[in-house]
Amino acid sequence: MSTPIKFTINGKATEVAAPPMARLLDVLRRDLALTGSKEGCGEGECGACTVLMNDEAVCSCLVPLFQCEGASITTIEGIAADEKVSELQRVFATEGGAQCGACTPGMIVTIRALLDKHPQPTRTQVREFVSGTLCRCTGYERIFRAIEVLTGQRAAEGVSDNPSNGSLRG
Amino acid sequence: MDQLNAVGKSILRPDGLAKVTGQALYLDDLPENGCFHGVTVRSPHASARIVSIDVSGISDPDVKVLTAKDVGPRNSVHLIQDDWPVLAEGRVNHVAEAVALVVAPTFARAAAAAKAVRVEYEVQQPVLTLDDALAGDPRANGALNVLSTCNISRGDVDTAFANAELIVEGDYATGHQEHAYIEPHGIIATPMLDAAGVFVGVDVIGSLQCPYYVHKALTYLFDLGDQAIRVRQAVTGGGFGGKEDYPDMIAAHAAILARACGKTVKILYERQEDIVATTKRHPSRIRHRSAVRRDGTLVAMDIEVLLDGGAYVTLSPVVLSRAVLHAAGAYSCPNVRIRGRVLATNTAPNGAFRGFGAPQSLFAVERQMDKIARALGVDPHALRSRNAYQEGDLTPTGQVLRESVSAVAVLEKARAATNFVERYVANEAARAVRQDDGKPLPGIGLSLFWHGSGFTGNGERRMMSKGAVRLRADLKIEVLSSSTDFGQGTEGIFKQIVSDAAGVGLDDVVVHTPDTAAVPDSGPTVASRTVMVVGGLLSRAGAKLRQALCTFAAQQANAAPASVILQGGFFVTDSGETPFSDIATLYLRIYGPLTCEATFEPTPGSTFNEETYEGDAYAAYGWGANVVEVEVDPDTFVTRVTKLTTVSDVGHVIHPVLCAGQVEGGTLQALAWGYLEEIKMKDGRYLNDRLQTYLIPTMADTPDMETILLENPTASGPFGAKGVGELPMDGGAPALLQAIENATGIALSAIPATPERIFEAARARASKTA
Repeated sequence: MSTPIKFTINGKATEVAAPPMARLLDVLRRDLALTGSKEGCGEGECGACTVLMNDEAVCSCLVPLFQCEGASITTIEGIAADEKVSELQRVFATEGGAQCGACTPGMIVTIRALLDKHPQPTRTQVREFVSGTLCRCTGYERIFRAIEVLTGQRAAEGVSDNPSNGSLRG
Repeated sequence: MDQLNAVGKSILRPDGLAKVTGQALYLDDLPENGCFHGVTVRSPHASARIVSIDVSGISDPDVKVLTAKDVGPRNSVHLIQDDWPVLAEGRVNHVAEAVALVVAPTFARAAAAAKAVRVEYEVQQPVLTLDDALAGDPRANGALNVLSTCNISRGDVDTAFANAELIVEGDYATGHQEHAYIEPHGIIATPMLDAAGVFVGVDVIGSLQCPYYVHKALTYLFDLGDQAIRVRQAVTGGGFGGKEDYPDMIAAHAAILARACGKTVKILYERQEDIVATTKRHPSRIRHRSAVRRDGTLVAMDIEVLLDGGAYVTLSPVVLSRAVLHAAGAYSCPNVRIRGRVLATNTAPNGAFRGFGAPQSLFAVERQMDKIARALGVDPHALRSRNAYQEGDLTPTGQVLRESVSAVAVLEKARAATNFVERYVANEAARAVRQDDGKPLPGIGLSLFWHGSGFTGNGERRMMSKGAVRLRADLKIEVLSSSTDFGQGTEGIFKQIVSDAAGVGLDDVVVHTPDTAAVPDSGPTVASRTVMVVGGLLSRAGAKLRQALCTFAAQQANAAPASVILQGGFFVTDSGETPFSDIATLYLRIYGPLTCEATFEPTPGSTFNEETYEGDAYAAYGWGANVVEVEVDPDTFVTRVTKLTTVSDVGHVIHPVLCAGQVEGGTLQALAWGYLEEIKMKDGRYLNDRLQTYLIPTMADTPDMETILLENPTASGPFGAKGVGELPMDGGAPALLQAIENATGIALSAIPATPERIFEAARARASKTA
């Protein structure tokens, strides 16, 4: 039983014929071949599947397809808009925000939503907003720092042609 | 030393942009191309005899079901002892043990068929905890319940205790820990069939740490030649040791299903299955007896280490070895006796987890040091400072610490960076006179620890790992090793090492994906050995390539070989510079591709006796000190970690940002093991087998971190680098418990320090004083 659902994905009008209770995550990954969003737990705890739904960060593993009718969905594949890689993504890579990378798509989508609401977030605001996305590799410190570098609150440490990195050395 | 152009810089990790754009392809992102799906039927019982397996309820004609009789020719996972069945044979020894496998054209059909498999069990009394095991219950299957032993002895412990000025005793306990990598396990296996359609081998790709472990396991399982098995690593979403041993099992399952149905088979674990079936950190019970002089000098340590191995041997003997070798901590002591045993229980086998036994034994010795300090009335820093290793000291195995010893340096740096002593003492004084006003109680705690880099004892010598570099036709220098990147940044670090060792630019170096058909066996990606040991092999291979090309360049110029150097991508002579690409092009035209290989060579003069456990246990040690600051709620006993300061010496740092990332991520895992993470069990079944119930730290739980890297180089690693992966797991939990004690006066000896556990200790203290 498949009803066509119409919505916008990464700015593109899309129609999907799938069961209304199909998980948005499966529709993205299986029907639309957008495999950037990951499944880490399947119960909305880890946030690796986070996408923007009408500019709100949601766990796509918890969203049934029928709720997407008319919605605008942005996945990690659409986060850079017209550029290939957004500044957020680049700084995430250079400042050590990504290690294994399994949480990274959901993390970046969540931080995109954070920065839309708080362009100069404090760590407290980051903690509150991003705590729904789990990272097991980084201890989060380099994620905080990537955000702070992006928003001009901290100097970059991971620039490829800057060998000093003095702040890390004891 | 040559000028370093790449080593020491925080270059952009090569996989970085693919990961931040969602383009990196993990196992479940690979095209399925109509592959079949495998599902595992698991035991609901911890100990039972399998009476019968009935598959008559399956009506789907495309489904195949395999049981123990279909495995093989051999039915065990080839590790240290071959006692771990691929599918249970006759009986099950833990909950979630694999009993049967089902394969079907879709996951849904395989899952439905798996539900229809009826297994009849005759349930038996399980042995579930170390306490049960210690009570002497024989394992239900009749096997010995001691899976492994390991002992160290130095000096005259009994005489030292007989003459002791002060004896302090303590019992310490730690629990299971789940790896909780964000990407669960998965394997895809494709059968190789000959012209007649007969199975002749299998090609496996998976989320895994050790391609050659899987290769050996499948070669053994099928009793086929090396060439019949090919294993590749997909982009892997975290491991922490959890993808060291268990991929052997899943690969075996996928491979026998592929053989049975003649199709590519995918097995992907959902989170719950991943938690219940795969390995955990070994729970421990560690008993300390210490003889101390009144001035705080350690005179003797008598330590008993017990680890819960779970139902099968897996890697437990090596975990125990590392636990025992680290059990006396980063402290000099002339008389030491350490006795270690791994006991069997009817729980899923415990296996590799970052630190590999050392976090357990370092937790115990650090809490024991706190107990001694309190008994002597000195602060924790003072006692550690008095006993910390210095260059020239002897370890319990009699190893002379000849170089790169930073125990005192990291301790002093940590003290100075946090004003530790003054703040610890102030908290103690404030606690003594405090009126309960409901305000959070501040505490600060300190730990000191060490971690051996690379395999224990003769492990590296036995493996004789290889690494190679190859000058390819496209002028790229390709790194060939089986070391896997599952987040650490290995690929970029190898590029940096080879770039500087060979004297070429970073962009001239590429790294081959781990693939047993294309790379030599550099050993597993474990034991903090990737940078120090495998990086060392690649550094030597790179230097050989540089030498060969310099000799060639000199021949071309009719110059003396020593007059040409290759540096930063240019051949330099008295008469000028020639780009690397010019000479390399000429070389390739005349000789074709050039491959240079290096094989492990032990540090000159090092020896280790595996019978007596005497000698050089590790080629080099990393050193760490942690300072943890907490606030404990006086009413709820909820602990909040407010600040973490780490000081680490891991030798010359190859990539500062990635190195700091290892320290920060590892230390958060350590803190979480100390107060948050706990597997709860009933009748051998995990009660919290989901991420909603097995809690790992979120950003909201995470303190601000100050990460200080001291760089004390070793002669045993490339450019002076030591291992970094596991050291950060060692000191978080004891520093946290000392901080809780500093805040509340409650000295816990078991983790995690949950509010319930602190409350129980507070109640016990209250009833004792009443």
